[in-house]
Amino acid sequence: MADALSEASDLSGGEESQEEDVLTPAELIARLEEAWLNEKFSPELLENKSELVECVMEQLTHMEENLQRVRKGDLKASIHRMEIDRIRFVLSSYLRSRLQKIEKFFPHVLEKEKSRADGDPSFLSPEEFAFAKEYLANTEVYLKAVALKHMPPNLQSIDMLKAVPQPCLDSFVFLRVKERQDNILVEPETDDQREYVVDLEEGSQHLMRYRTIAPLVASGAVQLI
Amino acid sequence: MFCEKAVELVRELQRMSDGQLPAFNEDGIRQILEEMKALYEQNQSDVNEAKTEGKTELIPTIKFRHSCLLRNQRCIAAYLYDRLLRIRALRWEYGSVLPTAIRFHMCAEELEWFNQYKKSLATYMRSLGGEEGLDITQDMKPPKSLYIEVRCLKDHGEFEIDDGTVILLKKNSQHFLPRWKCEQLIRQGVLEHVIS
Repeated sequence: MADALSEASDLSGGEESQEEDVLTPAELIARLEEAWLNEKFSPELLENKSELVECVMEQLTHMEENLQRVRKGDLKASIHRMEIDRIRFVLSSYLRSRLQKIEKFFPHVLEKEKSRADGDPSFLSPEEFAFAKEYLANTEVYLKAVALKHMPPNLQSIDMLKAVPQPCLDSFVFLRVKERQDNILVEPETDDQREYVVDLEEGSQHLMRYRTIAPLVASGAVQLI
Repeated sequence: MFCEKAVELVRELQRMSDGQLPAFNEDGIRQILEEMKALYEQNQSDVNEAKTEGKTELIPTIKFRHSCLLRNQRCIAAYLYDRLLRIRALRWEYGSVLPTAIRFHMCAEELEWFNQYKKSLATYMRSLGGEEGLDITQDMKPPKSLYIEVRCLKDHGEFEIDDGTVILLKKNSQHFLPRWKCEQLIRQGVLEHVIS
């Protein structure tokens, strides 16, 4: 996939080099795929990658423009067309899975956003944040209008944080290790067992509880598969 | 028994297979709300009695009624919320205009919610990337080939494809079209993907 993409940028005369980002298109797509797989398989919403999304979008428009200039019936054109379609699928699928998680866990996502310290990066992009807020308001208005306002006075509100299920962080995920990790705590020490620690070799694959390796997913040391 | 209607309401949804939207059970909701009202009023008078006359033996009954109230509330909320999730799925399946048969099964407030949801989603998609945004309700399946063979299931009229050619989508005619142009029409049931 990456080959055809870099070829597309050759067509454009290497304009990518003017961007501040030093990523080659191939690296860009590799990053997108990584973010996509992680997002797809992790039970909770991961940090947003809006810069990456923007870059890919730019790249797509770029390729589309280049395609316009290509002679009709050229074999190259259909290969690039296919390439664009594939990248657009990955991008849409990535954004879709984020949106689905936002909708599924909206009170928790917003709560997390609220309790975030000022300096920390936000988990939601500004657009996603706006969407989540609207979704919450919309749903609350709806429940109120249909049923809650007709209920006895002490039962007219629902705590959304309690009513909507939380992401299940204890679910198991498959992962591949990209950087060697020592002493990952799988089970803490209890009365009747010693603590259980594993080393993760680079390139090895594991099936583990998401909670134990969540920080490694965030730092990019492991890849969910 | 209390709460029976509420449980029945939830069961009604459970019985439907995935994604199907039964008619909004306004009658059921009204009955449950009436039951709640009655329970609440009984509780109010009992609470007063317990307070003024010190009848502590009334307290378990009051607690029981209150649990019933909470259970009713929860069942109604679950019923309504589950319906919203189904309606949400419809937006992704049919696009922003719903078939009348389905609209018929929704109550006015649900239609309102749907319109709001539609708007939020559209705003979100427009704000993605470049000027035009990105329609993420497209490209639902990984692309396998550029062009696909489709058959028209109903008359749809003229249809323009990227290079400017206009084709007539007539019932039972078969075409070889760019996949990205027909995905929506396939989901709406106008076209059918012919797999040979």
